[in-house]
Amino acid sequence: MRLRLVPQETSFDFFSKWKIWLGISALMMVVGMVSFGLQGLNFGIDFRGGTTVRTESTQAIDVGVYRDTIAPLGLGDVSITEVFDPTFEDDQHVAMIRIQAQANGEAIPGEVIEELQQALDVVSPGIKFVSVESVGPKVSGELVQTAILAVALAIGAVLVYIWLRFEWQFALGAVAALVHDVVLTIGIFSELQIKFDLAIIAALLTIVGYSLNDTVVVFDRVRENLRRYKKKDLAEVLNLSINETLSRTVMTSVTTLLALISLYVLGGDVIRGFVFAMIWGVIVGTYSSVFVASTILLWLGVKRDWSKQANTAGNQFGNIDA
Amino acid sequence: MLQIDLWKRVLIWLVCLTGLLLALPNGFYTRVEQSNDAAAEIIAKGDTPERQALVEQWPSYLPSSLVNLGLDLRGGAHLLAEVKVEDVYGARMDALWPEVRDALRPERTTVGSFRRQQAPEGQIRLKISKPEGMARALEVVRGLANPITSLTGAGASDIAVSGNGDIITIELSEVEKLASNDRTVRQSLEIVRRRIDEVGTREPTIQRQGADRILIQVPGIGSASELKAIIGTTAQLTFNPVVGRGSDPDASAGVGNKVIPAVDEPGAYYTVEAAPVVTGEELVDAQPAFDQNGSPAVNFRFNTSGARKFGDYTADNIGSPFAIVLDDEVISAPVIQAHIAGGSGIITGNFSLEESTQLAILLRAGALPAGLEFLEERTIGPELGQDSIDAGKIATIVAFVAVLVFMALSYGLFGLFANVALILNVALIFGFLSLIGATLTLPGIAGIVLTVGMAVDANVLIFERIREEIKSGRGPARAIDEGYSKALSAILDANITTFITAVILFAMGSGPVRGFAITLGLGIMTSVFTAIFVTRLMIVMWFERRRPKKIEV
Repeated sequence: MRLRLVPQETSFDFFSKWKIWLGISALMMVVGMVSFGLQGLNFGIDFRGGTTVRTESTQAIDVGVYRDTIAPLGLGDVSITEVFDPTFEDDQHVAMIRIQAQANGEAIPGEVIEELQQALDVVSPGIKFVSVESVGPKVSGELVQTAILAVALAIGAVLVYIWLRFEWQFALGAVAALVHDVVLTIGIFSELQIKFDLAIIAALLTIVGYSLNDTVVVFDRVRENLRRYKKKDLAEVLNLSINETLSRTVMTSVTTLLALISLYVLGGDVIRGFVFAMIWGVIVGTYSSVFVASTILLWLGVKRDWSKQANTAGNQFGNIDA
Repeated sequence: MLQIDLWKRVLIWLVCLTGLLLALPNGFYTRVEQSNDAAAEIIAKGDTPERQALVEQWPSYLPSSLVNLGLDLRGGAHLLAEVKVEDVYGARMDALWPEVRDALRPERTTVGSFRRQQAPEGQIRLKISKPEGMARALEVVRGLANPITSLTGAGASDIAVSGNGDIITIELSEVEKLASNDRTVRQSLEIVRRRIDEVGTREPTIQRQGADRILIQVPGIGSASELKAIIGTTAQLTFNPVVGRGSDPDASAGVGNKVIPAVDEPGAYYTVEAAPVVTGEELVDAQPAFDQNGSPAVNFRFNTSGARKFGDYTADNIGSPFAIVLDDEVISAPVIQAHIAGGSGIITGNFSLEESTQLAILLRAGALPAGLEFLEERTIGPELGQDSIDAGKIATIVAFVAVLVFMALSYGLFGLFANVALILNVALIFGFLSLIGATLTLPGIAGIVLTVGMAVDANVLIFERIREEIKSGRGPARAIDEGYSKALSAILDANITTFITAVILFAMGSGPVRGFAITLGLGIMTSVFTAIFVTRLMIVMWFERRRPKKIEV
């Protein structure tokens, strides 16, 4: 007996309500962008400059006391949050202290950190600074530029590749799906105010990669079916292709999600934001390859004159023999 | 159909076996690490029975390369420093000034008397009393320029000299500034490396980044401040003639002189000539020592040219004081008692033993040519790193088991084939990471977990395709064959696009992000390899043995 997440044969109609799906996507993107415009992202020090200190002590943490202890040091804007995680021991209390970027372009000097530690040691004896990270505003500005450039480059490179391998309509569809995924991911980070740092950029690019992976598999089948069923209209071919690849789409999403969820739960709080971005990305990426990429393709239409190369159907790489 | 040549089979298994062998040391991380460290110590410091015993913990016929653990996993300090390349311009000009003076002196009849004026750092401004002699003055000063021999600067000279009214301005030419910047950063890099090596920590990363930055990562060090103390000071040692001594930090120094504080005498300031007699660059050795009173001091020795300059100066200036200056602070200003000919001497001051040892190290490693500005500092404690490793391990194992079970339930026997491939896949990733000496970071572990989830994709594509082929009535052999060949284009397209993003991430990212890009990129390659070669070979071998009339995928 096999575990089947998707029945053997499906014939869902994905496009009868395509306007609604595109509408939902557009609406969610607008919500994401408005949220981004209104409250912006909760940038980490990588992008904003400043210092974060991760403290660990055996005493329970009173954020108010910490705040009062730190205030006399005159470090400017300081935020303190307690971190909870199921992987911590019972007497392991972790807090993140974030200090704003100091006036000059440099990182915070070591003496200030020592002062901070001595001050906190009074209220919480034996407190340890398990990590101290400080980024000067000079670097953080550049990191923002590099990050934006990286995402733009990735999308551009992919656009070109798909254009070369398929038709331009496919490339546009795929890129529309990518932009959709990136906007929604940034949107949810803005909406939930999750810390947005360099690792999240890596997650964004991974989402780009994953979403594409999904889209390309569907498109590959569309290309094959377009050659096989010359008489069927495009909507029918698209529907057929998505149904045929549905089982695979669900399988891969589930295995990937299984892996990511175990990392989310057990991987510790340091990378939780990063893993959250990827889980979200896998979900919207799977959705977008069906409801955005393919819908855009339907909307743009495809040139159907494949007659001259019909006999190499579906396999431009030829047969590679193992 | 379904035939694979013997040599291909051998090759595929060989690749897998090599991958497993290369990955093996990582399973015994501490043991192999101790063995490797001991082996390195034997080479560096000689053989001892204890070291020999440690080396023998790991058999020498097995590969011993390990995956490097990144700072976020091992703990340590990370610094990004910017070299203040402009610092050098001023020193260059100060060094040039005596030459300019000597060259213009014989020309007094045409240019008149001349004085050095206040000027921004990195410029010499010169006022001549006979502006009509400007042409001759410029000619003479330009005669001091050296041609630059570089690809871009062919025919250019190292200084730019311009005259305006009665003022001559001398500064480094743009081409020379670029060349100088490059030299400065390279020297700084070399000196930072030497200083860190003197302390002797394991596997530091010291890289140039961009035009004028240096990235320094040292695992196992307590904090970024500690690391800064080792590399942060310029340790620019100079011996300058003393012009005067006073208590006013803002005293007018006179052109070509500077006022600097004394370390051990609070409130005292020395006026010294800016151009040093000798600099620390000409030191060949420096050792901690004790002076005649038994307090800590540093012994030093000059090279031949330094010894000559020092000897000449002391011979000419017996009875006058000179200053030993470290990083623009006077350490001591003894009066020259006699001609010091041998080129060696002793620096005394109020040193503690530790300070004198530290100073000797700094002097030996050489001075940084320019100051460093620290743009980024990160310290990660070893406990946090260990916590991350532990959490990462558990998460990876759970992810692994979940995917294995899920695949077996979904595809039965074929799922088991895919599972073997998945295990091989992770082994291959670790094998390659060890082979290229890549660094595993926390996001890198996430990359591996993600790969575990996504690696089955290629197999899923193939298996789904085989199912379709069976459904459309093909025989088992034909279905498997068609499944593989038809899924191929989707597999390649999908993975190439993901690979493109991994490459961009690698090129643009830094540190942990790069670690993620490496594992993701490697994971894509190994998963494609295992899917289209390894599982295929397994299925073909199974098929040959059983010859089933009917298959269920």
